[in-house]
Amino acid sequence: MLTALHFAIIAPFIAAVFVPFLYKKFSYIHTGWFVLAVPTLLFLYFLQYLPITANKQTVTAVLDWVPSLGIHFSAHVDGLGLLFALLITGIGMLVVLYSIYYLSKEKEALYNFYTFLLMFMGAMLGVVLSDNLIVLYTFWEITSLSSFLLISYWYEREKSRYGALKSMLITVMGGFAMLVGFVMLYSMTGTFSIQEIIASADDITSHNLFIPAMLVILLGAFTKSAQFPFHIWLPDAMEAPTPVSAYLHSATMVKAGIYLVARLSPVFAISGEWLWLVAGFGLTTLFWGSFSAVRQTDLKGILAFSTVSQLGMILSMLGVGAAAIHFDSMEDNLYVGATTAALFHLINHATFKGSLFMMVGIVDHETGTRDIRRLGGLMTVMPITFTIAVIGSFSMAGLPPFNGFLSKEMFFTAMVDITSFHLFNIDNIGIVFPVVAWIASIFTFIYSMMLVFKTFTGKMQPEKLDVKPHEAPFGMLLSPIVLISLVIVFGFFPNILSYSVIEPAMASILPSLLGEGEQFYVDIYFWHGWTIELFMTMGVIGIGTLLYLSLRKWVAMYQVFPDTLTLNHVYDQTIVGVERMSSRLTGSYMTGFIRDYLLYIFSFFAAALIFVLFNKNAFSIEADLAPISLYEVILAIVLVSTAFVVMFTKSRLKAIIGLGVLGYTIALFFVIFRAPDLALTQLIIETVSVALFLLCFYHLPHISKELEKVRFRLGNLIISIAVGVTVTLIGITANSSRLFESISGFFPEASYDEAGGKNMVNVILVDFRGFDTLLEILVLGIAAFGIYTMIKLRLAGRNEL
Amino acid sequence: MMNILLHISAVIIAVSILIALYRVAKGPSMPDRVIALDMIGINLISLVAVVSLILETTAFFEVMLLLGILAFIGTVAFSKFIEKGVVIERKRD
Repeated sequence: MLTALHFAIIAPFIAAVFVPFLYKKFSYIHTGWFVLAVPTLLFLYFLQYLPITANKQTVTAVLDWVPSLGIHFSAHVDGLGLLFALLITGIGMLVVLYSIYYLSKEKEALYNFYTFLLMFMGAMLGVVLSDNLIVLYTFWEITSLSSFLLISYWYEREKSRYGALKSMLITVMGGFAMLVGFVMLYSMTGTFSIQEIIASADDITSHNLFIPAMLVILLGAFTKSAQFPFHIWLPDAMEAPTPVSAYLHSATMVKAGIYLVARLSPVFAISGEWLWLVAGFGLTTLFWGSFSAVRQTDLKGILAFSTVSQLGMILSMLGVGAAAIHFDSMEDNLYVGATTAALFHLINHATFKGSLFMMVGIVDHETGTRDIRRLGGLMTVMPITFTIAVIGSFSMAGLPPFNGFLSKEMFFTAMVDITSFHLFNIDNIGIVFPVVAWIASIFTFIYSMMLVFKTFTGKMQPEKLDVKPHEAPFGMLLSPIVLISLVIVFGFFPNILSYSVIEPAMASILPSLLGEGEQFYVDIYFWHGWTIELFMTMGVIGIGTLLYLSLRKWVAMYQVFPDTLTLNHVYDQTIVGVERMSSRLTGSYMTGFIRDYLLYIFSFFAAALIFVLFNKNAFSIEADLAPISLYEVILAIVLVSTAFVVMFTKSRLKAIIGLGVLGYTIALFFVIFRAPDLALTQLIIETVSVALFLLCFYHLPHISKELEKVRFRLGNLIISIAVGVTVTLIGITANSSRLFESISGFFPEASYDEAGGKNMVNVILVDFRGFDTLLEILVLGIAAFGIYTMIKLRLAGRNEL
Repeated sequence: MMNILLHISAVIIAVSILIALYRVAKGPSMPDRVIALDMIGINLISLVAVVSLILETTAFFEVMLLLGILAFIGTVAFSKFIEKGVVIERKRD
């Protein structure tokens, strides 16, 4: 039944319906103010669940959708779902507030924007709160769709459409793969409910479909969360309005993949492949994203690659955290920390990345550009924005005292711990993990510094800016200020999150570790002592500063990579190549000649039937056939020789007459096989059709009476012989293998006794099988009408006839 | 005895159809072919008659009548076609 929880999930969709009306009716009020109520109320509603999940309680509400297929709209609130729901509604609230000041009431199509945004919000809530895989998939696709619409919001721009199409193609590809994975899960466990699948997780690890299901589901998660090499859509999605970038492409949608990985960890984490894939791809993405971010000159480009990189970091921590399942006890279980770190960083990233995007939006809005080569010296003009940028970037770089520092330390801890991991051969090459993570952090530090110092310090270049820069209005600053204060609050008091949000979410990710009444130990402290992580952070800051200061000297290194090797180039070439290849392929067989199509049809017919006939060993010739009389032989000779005349004659008229002879001979066959009705009909029809042939022959232009020599083609000969042989063989086989007696014994008596007729054929035609006759009459009627219309109804040149 | 005679006559008629068929194929002119066709038609009538006797049935008598009509119509139509190039002339108005 429909509960308040269900209503909360679909509330944004319902609200989206009313947006155009509100826009039209209250055009003097910015539509965003109405929309703002939706995430605010939802946020307050979801806050109520905090005490419930903190006590390890979950709330499940089931609404039947397609019960016969096991598809229920079942909402399930646990720690993990609630964490995401709060992120979605909370940041959604701030983004809507920000967009009210960002988007102009007069110039923009606001009803489009808010309809799409609400649609996205509802879909995202559906993804994180659904317990049914099919429902989850449905909402998942709606997020792809609404993201597509939001990226192409300024659809008159070429780049927006390109970015929207690219993100659509990549995420929907992943979505389909994921659906396949879900169906595999269903066939293994017999249920679509995630909780039930988790409960039966132990039974399916050795199933044949276990690894394939894992791979395709991970493909879905990786494409959505912009993991290497599928991250290429995210930088192009930056053509969307900045509130969209802040909401979808930093805080919510790109975390759907992470949500999926976390949600299905209890199912798959027992296998080593999961750990390797998730951690490996996460770490690759972390490195590649941070490495690529440094070369960007567009502020949103930097943030896009930074998002890619941070998502990789969260995912790698989740992968490592999965190792915790292999250790039963909670004591000395180092890997639990990795999951804590992943969740903590997930929250942190949403806060600082959201505020940074909003900061970039403000800079763009107030200066008219996002290019760091044209910006500089904005510190004194935009002090509040500068403060936001400093705090957000320093948190992103992992500097104390902000929350990024804490999660970075925990990340290093997790990566260092992996070297002492003695499963799946990881201790041999485990040292790669912390080293790559450390190098990636250095790049993170560099681009974070670029973000602040290239924009706000140095000399201002007013001649390069379109407008005179000034501080943004307060309403626009409000949302980033809220987020940035959260960065500081979580930085100084991380433990307000630990047991209210993070610990319940961990219980969802690692359910098998908790005994009755136990809970995870997730206290987060600033000071660990003189540990290796601290020295790693110091190294990051030291080397990062050096590299940033010498940036101009080594930035040319990026030019070393040829453009043809970039993933974007590969993507573009694939799109162009696939299109070109398929059109070439289609052109190669769709020639437009009916002759060619007949060739395909006949050769396939012959090949398939002969193959089946002999593959199934079905060919047979019955021994006792009826005796052959002399007349049949003579008629057969007439038939065959006439057929040859038709084939080899040079005169069209001769061919037509030959066909007539054929028809008459067949009539004669009907005679000697004792079918008088057939013989009568055949004779008349044959005469009429010969007459029609003559008519055609006379009326067709440009066709002379004499044929040119019929060109000999070996292919035609082979195929025609093959078809003839096929039909003959099948005829013989069918005649020789009768499975049961024919029903014809019924008719001779019944036609007189029951239908009162002595002509059996006619009785069958009009009494026993009268329905067929009716429709044959219909066919003739249609043909007659058709011919009449074709002759009379000439739309072009009607007066000619 | 009677039966053997019937069979012999049937074979003879069939052979004459074959010979007429040769004329249809060979030609050389169109009227040759049309005459040969007409002859095949008439031969067919007699063949059907003989076959009816052999099969001892009256079921094919309509076939004979029909063949006669069709052979006549066909020959007339062909002749008209050869002479005028059309079978059914349009009304002149």
